[in-house]
Amino acid sequence: MPEPMLQITGLNSYYGDFQALYNLNMHVDAGEVLAIIGANGAGKTTLMRSITGLLPNGPGEVTYKGDAIGALRADQIAFKGIALVPEGRQLFPSLSVEENLLIGGQTGRAGPWSLDKVFELFPILKERRSAPSTALSGGQQQMVAIGRALMSNPDLLLMDEISLGLAPVIIKTIYDALPEIVGDGMSAVIVEQDISKALSVTSRLYCLQEGRVTLEGQSKAVSRDDISRAYFGVE
Amino acid sequence: MSSYRVFRASKASYIAAAFGLIALIFLAAAPWWAGRADMRLLSEIFLYLALASLWNLMAGYAGLVSVGQQAYVGFGGYMLFAMTMFGGLSPLVAIPFAGLLGALISIPVAMLIFRLRGAYFAIGTWVIAEVFRLSFAQVSALGGGSGSSLPAKIVTSMADGREAREALSYWLALGIAVVVIAAIYRFLRSRNGLALTAIRDNELAAGSLGIDIWWMKFVVYVVSAALTAMVGALIFLQKIRISPDAAFSVNDWTAFVIFIVVIGGIGTIEGPIIGTLVFFLLRETLADLGTIYLIILGLVAIVVMLKAPQGIWGVLRSKFDLQLFPLTYRVQTTSSNKGGEQ
Amino acid sequence: MDWLNAIVQGMLLGGLYALFAAGLSLIFGVMRLVNIAHGDFIVLAAFLGLATTTALGVHPFVAALFVIPAMAVIGYALQRGVLNQTLGDDLLPPLLVTFGLSVIIQNALLEVYSADPQKLNAGPLEVTSIPVGGLSVGLLPLLTFGVAVMVIGGLQWMFYHTALGRAFRAVSDNQDIAQLMGLNRRHIFGLAMALALAVTALAGILLGVRTSFDPASGGARLIFGFEAVIIGGLGNLWGTLAGGIILGVAQNIGAQINPGWQLLAGHIAFLVILAVRPTGLFPRMSG
Repeated sequence: MPEPMLQITGLNSYYGDFQALYNLNMHVDAGEVLAIIGANGAGKTTLMRSITGLLPNGPGEVTYKGDAIGALRADQIAFKGIALVPEGRQLFPSLSVEENLLIGGQTGRAGPWSLDKVFELFPILKERRSAPSTALSGGQQQMVAIGRALMSNPDLLLMDEISLGLAPVIIKTIYDALPEIVGDGMSAVIVEQDISKALSVTSRLYCLQEGRVTLEGQSKAVSRDDISRAYFGVE
Repeated sequence: MSSYRVFRASKASYIAAAFGLIALIFLAAAPWWAGRADMRLLSEIFLYLALASLWNLMAGYAGLVSVGQQAYVGFGGYMLFAMTMFGGLSPLVAIPFAGLLGALISIPVAMLIFRLRGAYFAIGTWVIAEVFRLSFAQVSALGGGSGSSLPAKIVTSMADGREAREALSYWLALGIAVVVIAAIYRFLRSRNGLALTAIRDNELAAGSLGIDIWWMKFVVYVVSAALTAMVGALIFLQKIRISPDAAFSVNDWTAFVIFIVVIGGIGTIEGPIIGTLVFFLLRETLADLGTIYLIILGLVAIVVMLKAPQGIWGVLRSKFDLQLFPLTYRVQTTSSNKGGEQ
Repeated sequence: MDWLNAIVQGMLLGGLYALFAAGLSLIFGVMRLVNIAHGDFIVLAAFLGLATTTALGVHPFVAALFVIPAMAVIGYALQRGVLNQTLGDDLLPPLLVTFGLSVIIQNALLEVYSADPQKLNAGPLEVTSIPVGGLSVGLLPLLTFGVAVMVIGGLQWMFYHTALGRAFRAVSDNQDIAQLMGLNRRHIFGLAMALALAVTALAGILLGVRTSFDPASGGARLIFGFEAVIIGGLGNLWGTLAGGIILGVAQNIGAQINPGWQLLAGHIAFLVILAVRPTGLFPRMSG
């Protein structure tokens, strides 16, 4: 069996004195699209911050392509090919749409994604390329956030709550674009509260509850009951 | 079941209070045991202690970081000179009046510079001090740019004989330091003091609890200005000479004071006391080095700020859980159940 | 005519003040740092210019070619070595550390150069003037103003049309997300301080050519730069030029009334604007 692309081993994460993740074990295989589900406060966003280096970890708690990256800074991890679409989009307000995308390509990693390719994926962004990012609708901002992450040509793309606060028709547009995004063999982790949405586009899932993994399985194979048990902790 | 007792004072604070009282009596008796030079040095220490405690109240508790407190030191000094020379007031009467005028002038100043936030507030206070300096340099009755001396008859009117004058001057310096520290201690223990601590710890939360942050800071600023002006009046009563450059010196009345508070420990009452002692210890041993001494002082302050931002007292306190001025509340369980101990 | 002359000279002086302000504004914009030692760095640059002109026997403007990169290196090293450790939610550490730096620079200069006033000698340039419509305008003030316009125009262009400027704005907006883009904020802050002190170097050389300076001259320069920033409005580079001009004109009008009122008039203009328009004349962002 090949070594997983990302391996998380015994991860403990803290916000000050508050522990958000407890001895977490998890892996992402190359080319796999994985779902992480869980209620508010389960630790999903903390996990994203830990993987990308925004929260400090022990060196060996996160390994990526065989390298221990747990203690690296976020900018060093970005160069290694992990990109995050952060919760709440978090575009740079003083940058235009095009500049937000260009800064995503700051790492200069080679690969299929470029400004033109992003505009092809989301044509509306080409029309609005010079607009300040604050002038866009929520859905368009989400497209910029995804495009910004793709511009670094990541090998592993993390997407945190990309459907949060968006209209169903917009969510559909974005999810329809997913196969094209991961088509080149990119690995992806999709963090979602909308469970059926998450299951429909992924092959495997983890469920988090209060900072611990409570369920792991094939997206097609897990039952509704398993999920609600793992999600809410009710027996 | 366990029950709790909430209290402020600790054993250390009682011991400190007893020692403080003894030290105070000892210091008050200095005219009978100390030489003239020692008394002058002690006076200077007390005046710097008062300035440092006031700056600490503003920066360490109210978040008002000023680099322009020399405005009120100089203002107080000039008011003393003006009121005694032209108003015929006795210096002893002029000192509280200098404080009152300092409070009055600080009101419009506060309304103006409170529009600036954070570090820009700090530079704004400096601009005010410069305006004061340049304005007093324009007053020819007070000697303009070259300043003036206090006439001998005003000095001699204070008390009969040189020794009595020096003792009086010494007691005034000791008195103002005690008054300032006692006032700050009382204030911080009061309801308003708790509100101030809440603002320091979390301005947003304090605002949502209904504490009027602007008003609290305003009160602290005005009270500090009044007391700083009184200290300034005393400083220049001792110096007998005043000039705009000496009165509004950023180095003498702000830089040293900031170093004292930072090195001693900002945001504690004990910090400025320790800082003042360290500052004078350094000065008396290194003063021959001149500018090198000031460079060392700057380096020490930077290193303290980077490595131990709580200062000497902060380090001691966290090591030994000390508090000489009991301000925080402590909770103690009074039964065999130790579970409630924090 | 005297009055018109005072106003024109004041406007040109405003260019120098805008140069004092530009570095202050730049680092505040990128990392919300207010450098209390800014004025002392201006004076340090003037002394470095003096050292270069005396050592190599070159014109101060040639010396600038050495002083500018030297100050940039100092800026980068200072930021990476010291100032980055002070950045965070707490206001006190950067303020007090730069205050400590200010005292160190002043006294180090005092130790080396004594308190005597110094001046950079720019030769005949200092006394050359051009007649403009009955007024005689000095070439040096005109040159200074031109440099200020070019520096501010250049900074503005850099901010909005280069990858570095994009990185500055991104880090200023959101440090965490900027890190995710592969930007090391500590390095970016170092570059911002390097750039700010490079501008400061120019300001210091032009100051030293215009007037005499001594180790204690820094405080007033910090205040002038600060006043120009606040008058112009935080975060607006062209605003700082306007602020510098207003300050320079106010000072010269004050001096025209009474020589003792020059500085006072500038401060009062600043306080009046603070009273009627606390966000400055051309605000762009909140502090």
